[in-house]
Amino acid sequence: MKHSLNRREFGLGAAATGVVLAAAGGTASRAHAATPIRIGSLLPRSGFEALIGQGCQRSVEVAKKLLPDMGYSFEIIDADTESKPEVARTQAEKLIREGANILVGAFDSGQTFAIAQVAEQNGVPFVINIGSDPAITEQGYKFVFRNFPTSIMLGTNGLSRFNDLFKATGATPKTAVLMHVNDTFGQSMLKGINALMPKLNLPFQIVETIAYDPQAKDLSIEVAKAKAAKADIHMVVTRLNDAILMTREMVKQKYEPMAVISPGSPGMYQTQFLKVLGKYAEYAITNVPWLDPRQQFAHAFEAAFKKAYPDEVCDIDAGFTFEGILICADAHKRAVSAKPEALVEALKATDIKDRVMLGGAIAFNEKGQNVNLPSAGVQNRNGKPTVVLPAENAELKPVFPVPGWSQRG
Amino acid sequence: MLYLDIIIAGLLTGAVYGLMALGLSVIFGVIRVVNFAHGEMMVVGMYAAYLIAVKTGLDPIAALPLVTAGLFLLGYALQRGLINRYIARPEHEQFLLLLAIATIITASLLMGFGPDARSVQLDYAYDSFQLGPLLLDKVRVLAAVGAVLGVALLWGFFRLTRTGKAIRACADNQIGAQVVGLDVKRLYAVTFGLGAACVGAAGCLMLLLIDVQPYIATDYTLLAFIIVILGGLGSMPGALLGGALVGVSEALSGFAVDPSLKSAFSFALLILVLLVRPQGLLGRA
Amino acid sequence: MRSGRFPILPRRAAAALALFVAAMLALPFFVNSYIVSVLVVVLFAAYFGQAWNIVTGFAGQLSLGHALYVGLGAYTSAALFTRYGLPPWIGMLAGIAVAALAGGIIAALSFRFRVGGVYFALLTIAFAEFTRILFDHFDGVGAASGLFLPVSSLARDDVLLLRGSPVMFYYLLLALTLGALALCHDLLRRRIGYYWQAIREDEEAAQALGIDVFRYKVAAMALSAAMTSVGGAFLAFYENNLYPDTVFAVGRSIEIITAPIIGGLGTLFGPILGAFVLTTLGEAMTSLSSGFTLNGLKQWCYGAALLLIVALQPAGLWPWLRARLGIGAVRR
Repeated sequence: MKHSLNRREFGLGAAATGVVLAAAGGTASRAHAATPIRIGSLLPRSGFEALIGQGCQRSVEVAKKLLPDMGYSFEIIDADTESKPEVARTQAEKLIREGANILVGAFDSGQTFAIAQVAEQNGVPFVINIGSDPAITEQGYKFVFRNFPTSIMLGTNGLSRFNDLFKATGATPKTAVLMHVNDTFGQSMLKGINALMPKLNLPFQIVETIAYDPQAKDLSIEVAKAKAAKADIHMVVTRLNDAILMTREMVKQKYEPMAVISPGSPGMYQTQFLKVLGKYAEYAITNVPWLDPRQQFAHAFEAAFKKAYPDEVCDIDAGFTFEGILICADAHKRAVSAKPEALVEALKATDIKDRVMLGGAIAFNEKGQNVNLPSAGVQNRNGKPTVVLPAENAELKPVFPVPGWSQRG
Repeated sequence: MLYLDIIIAGLLTGAVYGLMALGLSVIFGVIRVVNFAHGEMMVVGMYAAYLIAVKTGLDPIAALPLVTAGLFLLGYALQRGLINRYIARPEHEQFLLLLAIATIITASLLMGFGPDARSVQLDYAYDSFQLGPLLLDKVRVLAAVGAVLGVALLWGFFRLTRTGKAIRACADNQIGAQVVGLDVKRLYAVTFGLGAACVGAAGCLMLLLIDVQPYIATDYTLLAFIIVILGGLGSMPGALLGGALVGVSEALSGFAVDPSLKSAFSFALLILVLLVRPQGLLGRA
Repeated sequence: MRSGRFPILPRRAAAALALFVAAMLALPFFVNSYIVSVLVVVLFAAYFGQAWNIVTGFAGQLSLGHALYVGLGAYTSAALFTRYGLPPWIGMLAGIAVAALAGGIIAALSFRFRVGGVYFALLTIAFAEFTRILFDHFDGVGAASGLFLPVSSLARDDVLLLRGSPVMFYYLLLALTLGALALCHDLLRRRIGYYWQAIREDEEAAQALGIDVFRYKVAAMALSAAMTSVGGAFLAFYENNLYPDTVFAVGRSIEIITAPIIGGLGTLFGPILGAFVLTTLGEAMTSLSSGFTLNGLKQWCYGAALLLIVALQPAGLWPWLRARLGIGAVRR
């Protein structure tokens, strides 16, 4: 009796499940080419990236209200990737079955990768709002477009702002310590930085590199190690929570370098960082693409965003998520069709001069990558991340070296 | 001198870890159920302390007795209502039960509080003081003192009170305890409540050190496992020793080798101890 | 033995199994690619569940770290493919060797030192986590930046190189799952199967009967690890990108074991039933909760469903279903 495999039920049960699934899918599938266009938006709104995913979702909500007023017609179907690549894959398939003509997403590189494969296999265009792994646009994809810098671009553009900063303020540090999170993003940034340091002719040397665990709950040791290096500037590649932990430890350990500068990572411009750390969040510098204060559209977007979410910072994630939707809607408008081939042709010809982020017009190269995404120097001033570099776009002049922890109001 | 600083920092953090792990140890030592929702219970404690701080302005340390009492009741009710039915069941069923509880806790917190990291603003959050050549972080010292006090209190309870002694009798011999007329069901519930109270207290202290988010729980459940096994499942001083060991080993390996490898050292330590002395450093064979 | 008591059943059972296989074979022709992608998730879960079921369900040793073998299988075959152009089927053999060795060593170390029960479970987590952190620093396979397989050749189905559409993977996984089912069915009829169950029910008694408990426990672990690694190789070639933090994740280990426990630990069809039920449940809840903007609702319902199942049917759904239908004795 040990082995009584019950084959009959086994067959029936499984077949029944299949039928249920089939029925569920059947009702969901609809014909393509509906007008207005259906945009499938995929974001990690639950799971460990829920914070950022829900942040990006705010921008999607703003786009739903703002863009139709400007003559774009579209409908957005939202999906949650639960911060997992395999869910991203099934949800992308599902959105396509529900009639999505184009996909946009997904913040995380792993999830973005999964969606890109679905998009290619189904022949549905996919616009990446955020996702920095360089490998994504090196796969020869025909339906994938990315309006976000690769981690190499982020590193290059971020590092090149360092010289602008020194020139603008007249201070030249000699040494730096680099503290970075040891995940996918942190490691590819590190590679970029190490490759570029010799080429950019920067005045300082990196004397110590400290990698820490992305799940670290305590950075006291890491900061002690950084402090012991006695470097002039403290360079960081962080996420949000570790940026907060790190800054707290720096204050406690009275570690006061000339400035804390990120060559292009999240963390220090985020709402939570500013809110939790208050005066200690001030003066932190992040070199990332940012909303362009000279663009009228940027002001309109920021105003709409602030009206809907007064407590949140309208940051890089918000800007690029909004532009992601804008790119889809714009392609549809020019294509005058929701057919994938027409949309892809329109996307290839994208040339959006009125945009919200810094840099020239949005356009894609033959790999589907927008290569024109420079970084701004963004410094936290009076509780708001403010563009301080490049000079022609700046709202305020940069402060460097920054006041010590104890000298702040 | 730098090394001394680092070892002390590791010890202080380790003390709080120890208090958290103690709850797991007490529950396993008596009820023989591994609480896979342990980290989640700590996060509940952290959110409770956070809520109290936001609504009343009470410091998490002042709110500690309240939170501890609340978690005691929660643990008591959980054991009475749910877990008690599973203590004689196979391990995998207990595992699934606690996994379901953990999932529900995390999802509830996400729905209630959102994914943002929450923290309390304290006047003394950034204070540190000089003790001879050492630079000590005030919050960490407070948390560590609180943790050691908590452990001492619990130890006193088990040694000196009637209920505590009865629970120990239960742990030693459940059938014997039943024979002499002890209400095992109630004692188990009290024990689970105490375990939850420990982790609640640890949550209040932890809130001084880190920000709370719904998703940090799993890491702490794992950490508690490591500590408890190092020290010996069911051994009270073992939990403190395990916490200190993990704290110091993370600090030293982080400083001397590579910070991103520091949890690998904890796992290596765990593997080593399990293979050489499976009952843990202070556990009974 | 069985056919003597239920003379009619085997023929009907064989017919039903044939019907099931036929239905599964035909399904991709009738459903859209969304359903196929969900079914692929189901089959992965079913297969991993079957592999895990051997060590925990049959031999009674609770492993909570099976993501380790998924990762070893995935990384071995993917690295051999990307670096040396070795076809995945050969890489898979290497993966089997690596995983079986790892599983065997972990089991041998544990059981030699008499680490059992909860301690063994935690040891398996520790090894998996330790390996995850090592791979985060293993530059040869991309470290934390990840390992990528070229996807340019995905347009055509190529079974030899495992490049192709989800439908191809669906059929491969179906074959794998059915193969695992046949293997488990066969193993349970053999001496080793009886020994495992004897060890699971009472280790000391088994020892007293002269069973080499140590050897059979290690064998269960090695076999389970080897089978898991094959699934890992398929996973690598299906997903085309590997990050240590997702491949070796504790969450993956937990997902692997949930389906067989829900379906019925130690039963043959439990892992498959559990995988169908859990994945379908998850998808249904995603659809239902998408109407609300409350993030976390899906996970809450999922947790509640798990609680309900463990409260009402702690031994799993399959034994219950069988008992309900009045066929055969419930075997745990």
